[in-house]
Amino acid sequence: MGTEAPVSSPLTSPRSQPQHGRMASGERTQPRARQRLRVMAGHLRRAEPAPPPALGQCRALEPGPADSTAKTAGTIPRRRQEILKWNGWGYNDSKFTFNKKGQGEFTGKRYRLSGMVLPALKEWMEKSFGASLEHRTSPRTAPNLEDLPLPILNEECLKELKDIGIPFSQDPEDRLIRSHGHCLHEIFALREGKVERVPDVVIWPSCHSDVVKIVKLASKHNICIIPFGGGTSVSDALECPTDEKRTIVSLDTSQMNRILWVDEKNLTAHVEAGITGQDLERQLSEHGYCTGHEPDSMEFSSLGGWVATRASGMKKNIYGNIEDLIVYIKMVTPRGIIEKSCQGPRMSTGPDIYHFIMGSEGTLGVVTEVTIKIRSLPEYQKYGSIVFPDFEQGVACLREVARQRCAPASIRLMDNTQFQFGHALKPQVASIFTSFLDGLKKFYITKFKGFDPNELCVATLLFEGSREKVLQQEKHVYDIAAKVGGLAAGEDNGQRGYMLTFVIAYIRDLGMDYYIIGESFETSVPWDRVLDLCRNVKEKLVRECKERGVQFPPLATCRVTQTYDAGACVYFYFAFNYRGISDPITVFEQIEASAREEILENGGSLSHHHGVGKLRKRWLKESISDVGVGMLKSVKEYVDPNNIFGNQNLL
Amino acid sequence: MAAVSMASPAVESLYPQKDTTLNKRDGFEDLMEERRHSSDLRYAMRCYTPVVYKDLVPRTPSALRNVVLKSDQVQYVIKQLSKETGESPDIISDEAADILEKMGHGLRLSIVRFFAFTLSKIFKALFQKVRVNEEGIHKLHQAIQEYPVVLLPSHRSYIDFLMLSYIMYTYDLSLPVVAAGMDFMGMKIVGEMLRMSGAFFIRRSFGGDRLYWAVFSEYVKTILRNGDAPVEFFVEGTRSRTGKSLIPKLGLLNIAIEPFLMGEVFDMYLVPISISYERILEESLYAHELLGVPKPKESTSGLLKARKILSENFGSIHIYFGQPVSVRSLATGTVRRSQYNLVPRHIPRKPSGDVYRFLDAVGHRMVVLQQKNMVISPWVLMTTVIIQNLPSMPLPDLIRQTLWLKVIAEAFGAFIDWPVNVSADKVIRSSLALRHNIVKTVKNQVMLCQEETTAEFTVEKVSKSTVTVLMCASYRNQILHVFVRPALVAIAFQNAHSCRKEDVYSCFSYLREVFSDEFIFLPGNLVKDFDEGLYLLMKSGAIQGSHTDLHVAEKGSATISFLSAMFGPFLEGYQVICKYLMRTEFTDDFTEKRFVAEIRNHAAELILTGAIKYSEVLSVDMQKNALAALSRLGAIEKLKTAGGTACKVNKQTLARVADMLAPELPVKSATVAKL
Repeated sequence: MGTEAPVSSPLTSPRSQPQHGRMASGERTQPRARQRLRVMAGHLRRAEPAPPPALGQCRALEPGPADSTAKTAGTIPRRRQEILKWNGWGYNDSKFTFNKKGQGEFTGKRYRLSGMVLPALKEWMEKSFGASLEHRTSPRTAPNLEDLPLPILNEECLKELKDIGIPFSQDPEDRLIRSHGHCLHEIFALREGKVERVPDVVIWPSCHSDVVKIVKLASKHNICIIPFGGGTSVSDALECPTDEKRTIVSLDTSQMNRILWVDEKNLTAHVEAGITGQDLERQLSEHGYCTGHEPDSMEFSSLGGWVATRASGMKKNIYGNIEDLIVYIKMVTPRGIIEKSCQGPRMSTGPDIYHFIMGSEGTLGVVTEVTIKIRSLPEYQKYGSIVFPDFEQGVACLREVARQRCAPASIRLMDNTQFQFGHALKPQVASIFTSFLDGLKKFYITKFKGFDPNELCVATLLFEGSREKVLQQEKHVYDIAAKVGGLAAGEDNGQRGYMLTFVIAYIRDLGMDYYIIGESFETSVPWDRVLDLCRNVKEKLVRECKERGVQFPPLATCRVTQTYDAGACVYFYFAFNYRGISDPITVFEQIEASAREEILENGGSLSHHHGVGKLRKRWLKESISDVGVGMLKSVKEYVDPNNIFGNQNLL
Repeated sequence: MAAVSMASPAVESLYPQKDTTLNKRDGFEDLMEERRHSSDLRYAMRCYTPVVYKDLVPRTPSALRNVVLKSDQVQYVIKQLSKETGESPDIISDEAADILEKMGHGLRLSIVRFFAFTLSKIFKALFQKVRVNEEGIHKLHQAIQEYPVVLLPSHRSYIDFLMLSYIMYTYDLSLPVVAAGMDFMGMKIVGEMLRMSGAFFIRRSFGGDRLYWAVFSEYVKTILRNGDAPVEFFVEGTRSRTGKSLIPKLGLLNIAIEPFLMGEVFDMYLVPISISYERILEESLYAHELLGVPKPKESTSGLLKARKILSENFGSIHIYFGQPVSVRSLATGTVRRSQYNLVPRHIPRKPSGDVYRFLDAVGHRMVVLQQKNMVISPWVLMTTVIIQNLPSMPLPDLIRQTLWLKVIAEAFGAFIDWPVNVSADKVIRSSLALRHNIVKTVKNQVMLCQEETTAEFTVEKVSKSTVTVLMCASYRNQILHVFVRPALVAIAFQNAHSCRKEDVYSCFSYLREVFSDEFIFLPGNLVKDFDEGLYLLMKSGAIQGSHTDLHVAEKGSATISFLSAMFGPFLEGYQVICKYLMRTEFTDDFTEKRFVAEIRNHAAELILTGAIKYSEVLSVDMQKNALAALSRLGAIEKLKTAGGTACKVNKQTLARVADMLAPELPVKSATVAKL
């Protein structure tokens, strides 16, 4: 499909020149692109990729035949609600549900799990949460638009907005769905129909110069801008401050989604910041490239959002985190445009100004364009898994892998609870043979090897690279695992683990139908404290639940999702059945806050990649010291003295 | 102002106000009861399956020792020492292994059974009853499964840790690993047996021995982290010779709590345990020690000689297992655990200021919790009266005053074990009979026995006659914690020569400061202490008053003067010491050793001439406490010299302390400004 792009496209033209050592001709691109697509489909079974975009400074400036393609290039339309849920995660057509027989099911056609029956899900929910299919909540079926506050916007401003000719909307639904991210309390409020402050206007710039105009206008009229990318924030970053009396404009970058050029000599791509991860990877893959940046939210989250929150991707071991991938950033601020004048790979020019931008969380301006590193699509990919007798040995293995710097593209270690959860999402087995084989494996591990099924835990692996290198690395990792008592547990288990990466976010919506509320949160921590931190935080969650009157034991589970030289990233999942509690969200937030305090006291960071937002603001000072906060404040004061970017994140 | 505004009944729950005596006593179960009726052998051989910590990974003692030896903590210190001394790490490592070998407990069930058998015999012979609060046992039972546990018993006798292990065995609880003084090691066979029954040994002082410290602390922490067994040690550091609780020692407490502070365990429980003896085995030994007779080295033959005590009656023992206290709950909001984030956890470090204050507060709290559940016998009340009426008093007066005191003590929250269904007269007479080694009744007059002496020298003669006084005092001291707050308020009220509450408060705060090595006050609890003392005085009708003014109630003077007299020996003792230091020959530097020697002569003379009323100033304990207090108050200055520590007197401050203890003029205190 990729090769069907117009020949004039700068993306494809260099491709036809045999300049890549390993790629002799354009014809070879096709199988590679196809392979890449298969890989992608392994994660998210998305239907047809859209045709590639044309290059152009801006649609508004360069009207022409390219215009129409550019418009449809992105997965996310202006009216997001046409394909995305207004009250939960992801696509409208994809969700967990219980069928008439009481069996779990995942609807839709997008994912591998789609359309499959999950026979173990019901029992797992009953066992883990004390939930019952008879006790259902009754959330709203449509957004509560009646109670939406009227938009604040004066006539003069409105007129000027119309004059600059950038599409905008004051439609209540458009405004409501841009008033939140995906924190538990935000989704809960939507389902309950509780509305507070929402943006007054939604505006869709389609290029950098549109943004310049909008920011200028906002500065002139003292309007508050809240940049909105993919809307996947889990830090309250998108929440409109209730005390904001000015007009709030939600600046939706979703239509700034073109790859402007690809530089194959330097292996970089210049991209508009509103592009979503899936569009970026798909479009690059059509030409044999990828960025390799795959955060779990990559279907929806945007490049600009990654920059603004210091995102991290699953395969950072090969490709690096966002700060390793970025070569150039352009950001529009009330003070002007901030950028660097060259694309040198590293500079010693004082503190890196990009580091003020990365992690600024929309408080300084809007990231409009980014130059990002690209790599050739991997030749070979292989999944894997290792089972360990307990979590401690699993961590020991990851630590050793990190020490020897032989980590595969991704290595994740689930604790026992998550391992069991993984089983709950196992689709109905196709044949007796598979089932028999599963039984045999289980017998081998638990009886023959003596692993306790209530202690053992599993690491999933994803190898990428040349076939030879992958096989070599695979052996290396399995050798290390064997030394600490781990057993290789097959490709299937690994693959299933990664398949769940994208669907797992859907499960909370199912839980909320049955009085279960939950959230995930993360941290990074030095190696020597990983075990202590995991144990203490889980225990803290359980103990706090008991003390705060939660009637059922909670789900408190964790996994180590990234390894570094000096530490690891740990992800927690926390959920409980809230029947019998009058104010579940407050209780939940108090418990989550106490868990965060426990994390900090155990040497964990405030956040590894979710960001601070408003949710974790209160701990920023103790995390980066008074002077550190002062430095950030002075930057904010210079860049945005009138607090145009007034989402009140971070500081 | 507001802080001292009103003595409210909402005084901290640490000090019980309501009479809990009855239900507490009902919860006690006599262990000996069953032992007297069934076979000790069968008891010793019974199936013993203690509950264990939920996350315990079982391991052998040698595996444990290996873990300690290989730990980053110990290896770090070995490397450091090797670098500094040039010694090969292997040699130092062997040394560490050797220390561990001496220290490491090797729990052997056969030895435990042997102990269970012999101790049954011994305890039956020594004690009438060994009573344990079973509710506390149940709580401990749960606590052990939940989190690592630290047992913190009071320390009055060698019997303490034997008794505790015995009780743990009886109730099917894991035997504690005890940190006991190295001097037990001198008791060859017994020492080895103690080790096998769970005790591990520490030297009395580590000095600068970093290897020993590293091995020892890592050993304790390793046990706690894995929850191998409850760890037991004495927060008072040593046996109290005086019957009063000692100021907590923080070294071991720091080691024990560090695994929590560093996040290596989620939480741990501290269990204060109060062991109250009706009669202490070492009573006479202690009195001699306090008067300067050195303590005999513990040896097995010494223990055998002590067999003759088996024929004596030592009354009852009460062991009260307090509510397990979660370290996490104590630490919340008081100590920043994140301070351990920036340095690798295996590098030894001194506790920072806030950790030190935290440990100090925890230590004090634990001692206060021990005090709270101490059981007080009638004899203790009697000694309190007798000491105020030396050399002798009529028996009827003793009975009357004891009963009067009992009422007040109970109102003040004392936990008194007074026999029911026995006439008061009989209780007191039988107590006197049991204590024929201390008191005698001649012609209805109660007086102290005197040790026969042929000594001619003054000091020795006076000392000898003071032995029984100090023995007596050691029982009176058991109740002082009940009275110390109201009594110091009463004394402050007298000394202040003022009715204004703030004057009384400032005087109280000074006295509390002076005596804070002598009695246990929770750090930072000054206002509450004052409020509590005043509240109790008002409740008992001794003092009346408004928000600003106080005065003695009509019937209150008896209480006030009794309470003041109870603490008279301390006030007078400190005064004597102050005055002595102010004499010209002491204005130069002096050493503590010289001081202790000379103050005794001086005091003895004063006693002989009748210039002072109480002879307790002869007690080394009081002398040392006073010196520590004076140093803390800046009245003397300790200087490090080549020959040890020398002291330098600050006359002005010293005069002020003396004046505060017995002011001739109304006190004008600077502390008023604080209010």
